[in-house]
Amino acid sequence: MAGLLQLLSSGLATGAIYALAATGFTLLWQASATVNFAQGEFVMLPAFFVLASMQLLGLSFGWSIVVGVALSIVVLGLLFKRLLVDPLSRYGFMPLVIATIALGLFIKEAVKTSFSAEALPFPALVPPIPVHMGDVTLSLQDISIFVFAVIAVAALQLFLTRTRTGRTMQATAQNRALAVILGVPVSRMILYTFLLNAALVSLASILVSPIYLAKFSNGESLGLIAFTAAIVGGFNQVRGAILGGFVVGIADNLTAAYISTEYRSALPLVLLIAIILFRPQGLLGRSEERTV
Amino acid sequence: MKKVAAVSIAMGLACVGFAAQAADPIKLADVCELSGGGAPVGNNWKNAIDMAVAEINAAGGVLGRPLEVTHLDTQTNPGVSRGVMQKALDDDPYIVLGPIYSSATMVDLALTQQAKVPEFTGGAAAGITKQDDPYIFRMALGQTATIPKVVNYLKDKMNVKTAALVWVNDDYGKDGRDAFTEEAKAKGIQLVSTISTEAAQVDFSADVIKLKDAKPDVVFVYTHEEESARFLKEARKENLQAAIFGDTTLLDPKVIALAGDAANGIRGHLSLSAGAPVDAIQDFVKKFQAKYNYVPDHNAIQGYMTIYTIKYLTTKIGKLDREAFAKAMHGLTITPKDEPGILMETSWDNTGDIDRASFIAEIDDGKQKIVETLPKLHH
Amino acid sequence: MNGLGASRNRIVAMAVVAAVLIVVPLLLKPYGIYLLSMWAVLSIAAVGLNLTLGFAGQVSLAQASFVGIGAYSVALLTTQGWPFGLALIVAAVLAFAVGWLLGYPALRVQGHYLAFVTLAFGTLVFLVFRNEEWLTGGIAGINRIPRPSLLGLSTKPPLAFYYLCLVALAIVLVLLAALLRSPWGRAFVALRENPIRAMSLGVDTRAYTLLAFAIGAGLGGVAGAFYAPLVQFVDPGSFTLLLSFNLLLMVVVGGIGFFFGPLIGAVVAVLLPEWLRFTEGLYLILYAVLVIVLMAFCPSGLSGLVERFRRVAPATSGEAQP
Repeated sequence: MAGLLQLLSSGLATGAIYALAATGFTLLWQASATVNFAQGEFVMLPAFFVLASMQLLGLSFGWSIVVGVALSIVVLGLLFKRLLVDPLSRYGFMPLVIATIALGLFIKEAVKTSFSAEALPFPALVPPIPVHMGDVTLSLQDISIFVFAVIAVAALQLFLTRTRTGRTMQATAQNRALAVILGVPVSRMILYTFLLNAALVSLASILVSPIYLAKFSNGESLGLIAFTAAIVGGFNQVRGAILGGFVVGIADNLTAAYISTEYRSALPLVLLIAIILFRPQGLLGRSEERTV
Repeated sequence: MKKVAAVSIAMGLACVGFAAQAADPIKLADVCELSGGGAPVGNNWKNAIDMAVAEINAAGGVLGRPLEVTHLDTQTNPGVSRGVMQKALDDDPYIVLGPIYSSATMVDLALTQQAKVPEFTGGAAAGITKQDDPYIFRMALGQTATIPKVVNYLKDKMNVKTAALVWVNDDYGKDGRDAFTEEAKAKGIQLVSTISTEAAQVDFSADVIKLKDAKPDVVFVYTHEEESARFLKEARKENLQAAIFGDTTLLDPKVIALAGDAANGIRGHLSLSAGAPVDAIQDFVKKFQAKYNYVPDHNAIQGYMTIYTIKYLTTKIGKLDREAFAKAMHGLTITPKDEPGILMETSWDNTGDIDRASFIAEIDDGKQKIVETLPKLHH
Repeated sequence: MNGLGASRNRIVAMAVVAAVLIVVPLLLKPYGIYLLSMWAVLSIAAVGLNLTLGFAGQVSLAQASFVGIGAYSVALLTTQGWPFGLALIVAAVLAFAVGWLLGYPALRVQGHYLAFVTLAFGTLVFLVFRNEEWLTGGIAGINRIPRPSLLGLSTKPPLAFYYLCLVALAIVLVLLAALLRSPWGRAFVALRENPIRAMSLGVDTRAYTLLAFAIGAGLGGVAGAFYAPLVQFVDPGSFTLLLSFNLLLMVVVGGIGFFFGPLIGAVVAVLLPEWLRFTEGLYLILYAVLVIVLMAFCPSGLSGLVERFRRVAPATSGEAQP
C-alpha cells in the first residue's frame, strides 16, 4: 500500500511536468488548429536561452530567467506565428505539420551545434530536499513543480473564463467566423494564444530542466508524452491537459510496477487509442463538430 | 516533367564524386553518431579525435605527413551508418574510426573487412570480436572482459548471493544485461529481479519499489549517466537497503555531481573514465575541458587513444600498409613509455579485443576512492 | 487524375528519367548506388503512404511500422532459409492485414485524430520490436540478412541489388497505375476529389477508405521487404516515428496525391541531406530550413510546382532542357 501511494504521488509529480507541456499544445490547437510537432523542442529551448544569458551576458540566474522567458515569448510565440504558422496555415493541415516537424529538427540541431550534445546542469529554483509525508517521500522540487503546474493551469483557466480578453479568445477559438462578424480582433486573439503557449513552455522548461538537465534531445520524449497527455485529457480543453498529464504520469508508474517494465510507456499509448476510439473528445473535452 | 529529368541527371552526376586524388595527408575516416540518440557519445569521440589529430599535426604528423580526418554522421541509424561507411570506404581511407554503437558496428564491420581497412570501434558488445574479422579492433573494454571482473568481485569480496539488475533498454544497456545475466548464472549468484528502464527516464519510483520488494543483496546498475543519477537519488530518497554497484558510467564524475550525497557509498568497476586515477588521463581531461568546456566521457578518452595508437604503430611499421598494420595490431602492447598518447598500457589480442588494467572504486564523500586495482587479464 | 492522361511530353520525360535511373548507377561508386537503392525502397513506402494520404485523405504516422513489419518478416524468414520471394509475399500480406485492422479506427476518426492513433500505434510497434526478444532479437536487431538470388543470379553486388529494387519500384508503379485506372481506382480518385459527392454517387466510401489504408500499409511492407536485404540488418530503432515523419515528408514535399510525387519527395529526403554533408555539422540544420522554405513557397509540393510551371508556360515546351 505504501508502495502504491508512493507510485501515485511520484506519478503526479512527473505528470505535472507533462501537463505543462500538454497545456500549451492544447491552446494552440484550440486557437489556430495548429498541431505543433515541435512542442517538445519548445520546452527544451528556453532553458538554453537562460543558460546563454548567464554565460554570454553574465547575468544572474534571476535576470537570466527574465531574459530567457522574454526571448522565448518573442521567438517561440511571435516569430513562430508570424514566420511559420501565418504563411502556412492557409494551405491546410499537412504543410504546417511538415514544417513543425522540420522546425523541431532545426531547433534540436541548432542547440546541439551552438552548445554541445552534452546534458548541461541547470540551476534549480527549489532544491530537491526530501519531504516525508507518512509513508510517502517526495522531494520539495517535485512538489513545487506540481504546485506551479496546477497554479499555472488554474490561472490560465480563470483568465480564459473570467476576463474579457480570455473570453474573447475562447469565442475566437470556438467560432472564428462569428467572431469576425462580431468585430473581434481575431488575429490579435490568436497571437495572444501563441504568446501564452510560449510563456507556458518557458515555465515548463525552467521547472523541468533541473531534473531533465538542459539537453538538445529532451524534446523527443517530452514532445511525445505531452502529445499523449493532451489527447488523453481532451485535446480541446485546457484543464483536460492537466488531467491527461497526471493520468499519463501515473499510468507509466503503475505499468512499470505491476505489469512490465519493458512496456512501461505502452499503457498511456493504449489509453490514447482507446480514448480516441471511444471518447474522441478526451476525458474532459467537448465533442468536436465533424466537418464532413 | 522535363525539369524532373534534368534534376535526375544533376542528381546522378552529383553522386558520381571524383576519384580519390593522391594527396599528401594520411586520410582517416570517422563514421560515428553525431546526431540522433547517440550524439553525446559520438561528439565526445569526434572532439577527442580532432584534438589528438591537431596535436600530432602540430608536432610534424605521422611519417612526416599530416593526418586528415573526415567525420561522417550516422544519425544513430544503422541503415544510414551502413551507407556512410560505404561512402567512407569509397574514399579509400587508411583507417576507419567508429562507430560507437555496437549495433552499427555489427552492420559495418563486414564492409571494412571486405575492403581490408582496419576499423577501430567504440562498441563493447561481445559479438563484435567473434566474427573472425582480422580488421576489427576494439577501443572499449568489452563486456566479456569487464563483467566477469565485476561478478568475481561481488561474489568473492562482497559475498553477494542475490542480485538485481537495472538496465537501460537500448544498445548500450543490452550488452551489459546479457553479459551480467550470463556471468551471474555461471558464478551461482541468483538474479532476483531484472528491471528494464528507458533512456531519458525521469521517474524511478516504480523501479525502486520493485527493488525494495525483491530485497537483493546488491543492485547492479547499467544505465547512462543522467539516468544513473536520477536512480541513485530515488533509491536514497526511498531508503533502498541493498548495496548499489555499477560499471564505469555509474561512477562517472557527472553522476556524482548530479546525484550529490546520494552517490556516497556506491561501488563499481571503473575502466576508462574522467575520474580514473591515472595522471595521463587527468592531464587529458584538463586539456579536453579547456578546449571544449565540458568533462569528457570514456568515448573521448578512447577516441584520443585511437589516434595515438595509429600514430605509434604506423611510425613503427614505417609505411602506410593496412595489412601489415592489422597484422601488427594483433598481440600488440603499447605502454605510455613507448607512446605517451596511449595514456595507459593497452594490449590487443588475436581477435582484436582490448585489454587494460581497471579499478574497483567506491564513492566516499563525493569522491572516487580506489579500493582495488584489477590488472590486465593477460600479462 | 489528369496526370494519367499520357501526353507525349510526359512519356518522353518518363523515358528519360528511366534511362537515367538505369545508366547513371553504372558510373557511381558503391555508396551512390546504395543511396539510389535506398531511394527506390523508400519511394515504394512513400507511394503507399501517398495512396493513404493522397487518395483516402487519411494522415498516417505509422507507415514506418509497416516498413518495419515487412523488414522483420523478411529478416526472420530469410535468415531461416526461406526463399526471398515467399518472404516478400508474407511481408506484404502481413502489413496489409495489420493495416486493414488499423484502418478501422480510420473509419471512426479522421484527420488529426487519425494522425494521433497512428502515432501511438507506431510507438507501440517499436516497443514490440524492442521487447519481444525471443522473436526479434530485441534492441540488437537481426544481422546478416542475406541478399536474394534470382534465377541463379546473386544480388549481392550493390548494382545487382539496386536493379532489383528499381524493378520492384517499377512493378509497384505499374500495378498502382493499373489499379487507379480500374473502376476501383476511379472510386479512389472520386474519394479524393470529393468524398461527399463520391458517397452520393454510390461509392462505398468506408470500404474504399479501408482499402486505401490497407494497400498503403501493404506497400510499406513491400518496401520493408527490400529494406532488410539492402541494409542487411534490422533493428527497432530504424522504424520509429522518425521514419514515419520522413515518409510523410516525402509525400508532402513531393506533392500529395500526385502519382510521381513520392518519388520526387524521396529524392529530397534521401539525397538532399547527402548533398548538404559538405557543410558538416550544419547539414541537418540547413536541411530543416530548406524543408520549411519549400513548404512556405510551394505548399502543394514539388509536383505542384512543376504543374504550376506547366500551366504558366504550356506552349513553350521546347524551352526546358531535354
